[in-house]
Amino acid sequence: MIIKQISIFMENTTGRLAETTALLAGAGINLRAISIADTADFGILRMVTDKPDETLALLRGSGMTARETDVIGVEVQDHPGELARVMALFRDEGINIEYLYASLERKKEMAVIIFKVALVEKSLEMLTRSGYTTVSSF
Amino acid sequence: MIWNPLAECQSLKDRQRLQSDRLGTLVDRVYRRVPFYRQKMDALGIKPSDIQSIADIAKLPFTSKDELRQTYPYGLLACRREELVEIHTSSGTTGTPVVGAYTAADIELWSEVMGRTLTMAGCKKGDTVQNAYGYGLFTGGLGVHYGARKIGANVIPISSGNTRRQLAIMKDFGTTLLACTPSYALYMAESAREEGFDLKDFPLKAGCFGAEPWSSGMRSQIEASLGISAHDIYGLTEIIGPGVSAECSCKEGLHVNEDVFYPEIIDPLTGQPLPDGQKGELVITSLTREGSPLIRYRTRDITYLIRETCSCGRTTVRMHRLLGRTDDLLIIRGVNVFPSQIEHVLTRIEGTQPHYQIVVDRGATYLDEIEVHVEVEEAIFSDVTGTLEKLKKTIHDELKSELGLSALIKLVEPKAIQRSEGKAKRIIDKRTL
Repeated sequence: MIIKQISIFMENTTGRLAETTALLAGAGINLRAISIADTADFGILRMVTDKPDETLALLRGSGMTARETDVIGVEVQDHPGELARVMALFRDEGINIEYLYASLERKKEMAVIIFKVALVEKSLEMLTRSGYTTVSSF
Repeated sequence: MIWNPLAECQSLKDRQRLQSDRLGTLVDRVYRRVPFYRQKMDALGIKPSDIQSIADIAKLPFTSKDELRQTYPYGLLACRREELVEIHTSSGTTGTPVVGAYTAADIELWSEVMGRTLTMAGCKKGDTVQNAYGYGLFTGGLGVHYGARKIGANVIPISSGNTRRQLAIMKDFGTTLLACTPSYALYMAESAREEGFDLKDFPLKAGCFGAEPWSSGMRSQIEASLGISAHDIYGLTEIIGPGVSAECSCKEGLHVNEDVFYPEIIDPLTGQPLPDGQKGELVITSLTREGSPLIRYRTRDITYLIRETCSCGRTTVRMHRLLGRTDDLLIIRGVNVFPSQIEHVLTRIEGTQPHYQIVVDRGATYLDEIEVHVEVEEAIFSDVTGTLEKLKKTIHDELKSELGLSALIKLVEPKAIQRSEGKAKRIIDKRTL
């Protein structure tokens, strides 16, 4: 299954993250996972929220450059060596990972790893075949 | 010292008579030899016989840079091709290059006016001139070279760039006069400090700086950090190159070599001549050029004329240091760029009309620095940093190859660029002139 990730472009200025998170809070949007990629003068904020469509509309509506991207969320056991097993799968299949970040799912005591890959369908098929569960939300 | 007192200290009456004679001869010659000028004069109903004195110059039509481009390469030639001994052109970054075509007499004229220029900076036989202007089609290098040869100085034709070597040569050969852009002079002083020596300890005594606009603040900085007298020099490829005007030791305006380059100031909108002291567009007629003489050439440079006799003894009219341009041309490290050219490059890369802003500053290195800020719209936004970094590099490389300009590219959030009355403010020039 596919997760709809929302990402926005940000200049590296003080208070920009505070503004953005306050905006989401005000609209009652819950952040499930979040990551920032930063360079010397700009950053990209990537997030998985409980309401992706509303998040996208809200951010665009407030003048930000935002986009929606298909990413894969894989549930893995929360103990040592689990991420290494998944990474080995991607390596053996020759699938390049553009980036990843993680979140903990308390209800199931699982970790959810968010993967951005070029070959989405192939990755999903590989993960299912290897006994992993992919989620559309968490 | 004055290189040519006869010409530079001539009485106003004698000079006007000389200018009148030369203008008459010039108009007569171009009317016969250059169809372009004949057609323009015929269209206005002006005959060479209507030009009796220098005051009649206002009857003649202007010549524009666009017309020079339309007649590229030889359309304005006023002599036979075989009389030419040298060709120079502008960099051509703003379109078709403009051409300067020189006969042997034109090169002699250039040597003469550059001899006057260098003498104004205190240069004489026995001096060592380090010529750090670029040699080549650019007129700066050879112009200074010919002037130095004319007055019998020793010229080191090192050309531009390679700062470490510049400093080594300056030290080893005991350079006394430096010729380069003003920002490069400051950069050299800074580099010398980093290498552990002070240019003030060198025998360097003066510098001729031009090819880019600079301020009096910058002059003080140059004079203090190099321990020299800094002189502004002005010229343009179309007229001759450097040698049109220069500052004497009084530094109260640039003496125009008006016996050969006749200056007028006009209202850039109406074309009407303006009185002395009033700011407007500088228009120049090259009275004695043989190869590519220009009649009432509109330079697009803004200045005003100072008619009072200078305390140095020269009677030539002075022009104030450049005060701006009539168009939005940016001159960055000697490279001419119009904002529209940057826009053109951006449009091509992204396939959309981007929002952008150009910020020009004279940074910590004293060299002109240009930043191009591009708003990240959804069409070019990616969730992968590598993609955006690559976009930055593409923009940088395209600007470099198209315009010869190395700009710092900065990606900014939409609406970060200030918009005034719905129209974005495209250029922020932080350099003080």
